[in-house]
Amino acid sequence: MIGGRGGALIGLGVAGLILCLTLGTLAAVAWRAEAASGLGPADWAALRFTLLQAALSATVSAALAVPVARAFARRRFRGRGVLIALLGAPFILPVIVAVLGLLAVFGRSGLMNDALRALGLPEVSIYGLQGVLVAHVFLNLPLATRLVLQGWAAIPAERFRLAASLGLGPAEVGRFLERPMLRAVLPGAWVAVFVLCLTSFAVALTLGGGPAATTLELAIYQAFRFDFDLSRAALLAAVQFALCLAAAGLAAGVARPAGLGAGLDRPVDRRDAGSPWLRVQDGAVIAAASLFLLLPLAMVLLRGVPQLGALPGPVWEAAARSVAVALASTLLCVALALPLAIAAVDLRRGGRWLEAAGMLGLATSPLVLGTGLFVLLRPLVRPADLALPVTVLVNAVMALPFVLRALLPALRDLRAGYGRLAESLGLAGMARLRLLTLPRLRAPLGFGAGLAAALSMGDLGVIALFADQRTETLPLQLYRLMGAYRMDAAAGAAVLLLGLSLGLFRAFDRGGRGHAGP
Amino acid sequence: MRHFLIAAGLLSAGIAAAQDAPVLTVYTYDSFVSEWGPGPKVEAAFEAICTCDLRFVATGDGAELLSRLRLEGAATEADIVLGLDSNLTAAAAATGLFAPHALGMRDYDLPVVWDDPMFVPYDWGYFAFVHDKARLPDPPASFEALAASDVSIIIQDPRASTPGLGLLLWVKAAYPDRAAGIWEGLADNIVTVTPGWSESYGLFLQGEADMVLSYTTSPAYHLIAEGDDSKAAASFTEGHYLQIEVAGAIASTDVPDLADRFLAFMVSEEFQKVIPQTNWMYPAVTPPGGLPAGFDTLITPARALIYPPGEAARIRIEALTEWQTALSR
Repeated sequence: MIGGRGGALIGLGVAGLILCLTLGTLAAVAWRAEAASGLGPADWAALRFTLLQAALSATVSAALAVPVARAFARRRFRGRGVLIALLGAPFILPVIVAVLGLLAVFGRSGLMNDALRALGLPEVSIYGLQGVLVAHVFLNLPLATRLVLQGWAAIPAERFRLAASLGLGPAEVGRFLERPMLRAVLPGAWVAVFVLCLTSFAVALTLGGGPAATTLELAIYQAFRFDFDLSRAALLAAVQFALCLAAAGLAAGVARPAGLGAGLDRPVDRRDAGSPWLRVQDGAVIAAASLFLLLPLAMVLLRGVPQLGALPGPVWEAAARSVAVALASTLLCVALALPLAIAAVDLRRGGRWLEAAGMLGLATSPLVLGTGLFVLLRPLVRPADLALPVTVLVNAVMALPFVLRALLPALRDLRAGYGRLAESLGLAGMARLRLLTLPRLRAPLGFGAGLAAALSMGDLGVIALFADQRTETLPLQLYRLMGAYRMDAAAGAAVLLLGLSLGLFRAFDRGGRGHAGP
Repeated sequence: MRHFLIAAGLLSAGIAAAQDAPVLTVYTYDSFVSEWGPGPKVEAAFEAICTCDLRFVATGDGAELLSRLRLEGAATEADIVLGLDSNLTAAAAATGLFAPHALGMRDYDLPVVWDDPMFVPYDWGYFAFVHDKARLPDPPASFEALAASDVSIIIQDPRASTPGLGLLLWVKAAYPDRAAGIWEGLADNIVTVTPGWSESYGLFLQGEADMVLSYTTSPAYHLIAEGDDSKAAASFTEGHYLQIEVAGAIASTDVPDLADRFLAFMVSEEFQKVIPQTNWMYPAVTPPGGLPAGFDTLITPARALIYPPGEAARIRIEALTEWQTALSR
């Protein structure tokens, strides 16, 4: 037991809170509904498309993440840390900014088609399923890569030294070290991307090119907005939950602990990867991934940076408010994630369930969560008075799955590697947390906290239902600028948002890096 | 959490008690209250004469506004709901939450007669396809010409956006019997469908399509605010669908007189003169000074199309199915 009985109780409490916020809000919406209704043919079509695009997006993202993460794991070069951080940026972009950036590269008058026209080649249309995939891979490859990279970093340096002293080449290292690690890490990464794509709707619709690209989340939105059919909204949201749980269950069945043991945190020396051919191969992979992920970002920057100086005052105020919200929800998120992760690792039987509970935040439709909270809280208090606390809480719960994903593999390794030693020393409770768990979790905690902060910066979440003039956040301001024709100023606000999100991510992530060596 | 809720509740009760001036709560859509919308100017102008505290509460757009109202029911805090459009008034009236207004019959500067007993119009506009004159010098002049051409357009989803719904009704009003055929013809012109107006307009400005679904007044923004006269709206021979934005008072309001005063203020010069250059729509009552320079360059549709409120709600479902079938192929 890493956390002891007290820790398990706190973990259960956290899981209960998440259940209230996710399934509880869903129940509140269903309870408020006036009449029961079923799913129509359009809903089934939406379900099919949602599953198809999410499964494809997750598979492509996870498959591409392996070579990219391996290249980064094998190579050390100047600016590597900065590049890895930058490559994470698409994941935390507000959807509309990401779409505009992508279209500046792949759109009808984007760089790619300009180049094709110049060469006299036929144009390529991004709109359709291919566009949905390109966008979802663009948004989620960073996350998948980071999760897999964490797996590589968790292989102890001693194993690579042993491999080198045994004269193992790249193929054997792959078989004995990397493949077991991937078996442990990849299913989780796949599920994370799959579930994220389940709840996508603006990206899917805009790049999907029309109503054939309707997802469940859009159907939920329609049920709320135009039809005011709360029971249909609740039903669709329940379907979304079920899909998420099924995917998580599937992944848990496929994943196996890597069983590579613990090490002494010595610098990793990859003698197996020294051949020139592998260097070229890794270099090409890193270059291709950087081009794909950074070019759209560069287009966003190019457009927005000149506008930064002219941003109106309210945008800066909203930015300050967003940073405060992000910091508060990061703190809350880590405070929730740590006991939950510890309890999930400690409790053999219930552990999987706790893990699944933590993942529920991902499957939650922000609309259902917001509306449910609204229905529950409104009899007690004016919604606008709670806008910021509610945003902090919801952002924390929404970011929780990512922090959990980062913490769980590390905690499992920790128990396998140090559990017996700690128990034989009688190291328990707070002392164990302070002396063993927290120091060993520094890197994943920093990474997770960085993600939570960045996600919370960019998330519109539920603020729209609760906000008034005094509680606008930066993403909301960005949308308001766009709604007022001010696309240039919005581009400036997007750069500000991007800079602040990345800055927060980098600050936490760096703070967490405690590994020795270059 | 519970203690926190109680504390927050007490705090807000304390704030409310501390202010003597009556509070008028106006629910409206997001872009109305933004720094660049009419909200701030309207608030200052009304508070100067009402000895009251005007508070805006904003949610999404017109359709979300109505959803929120239905969610809250009779317990709503709203005294006024501002920002529904004429396609939503039938559903709004059916909630039974609205009270008749006290303004009587008035002459509004609308292309159609307005005599609704509950809802008062504050601005209006025509939906239109906006294009760049340099890139598309000869825009199509009808839906049929558009469908026959290879001109690309970006539209909004009628399931998620008010202008998107407007286009749906526009096509249906222009071609009651063969709307489905028109949509099939338009299918290969449509580059993509976005959830909202902002995404569409952003994509259009970035060059993703020749035309975008917006308003006849959109070029006025570029002309007046940016000094850019490159944008124009294409005039369609079938006529253009009208959007009339309205407000109504909530029957259960505790400040009925103040609510009536606000509605009267809304159609007065002080409010109306703010509209053209903040909401970029036509004011329901043209201010004595006339419209701002630049509005005279806008197209004037030969025919205004609009369904009566009750009919719009009924036709929406049928038209939506036609739209979805034609575009999902």
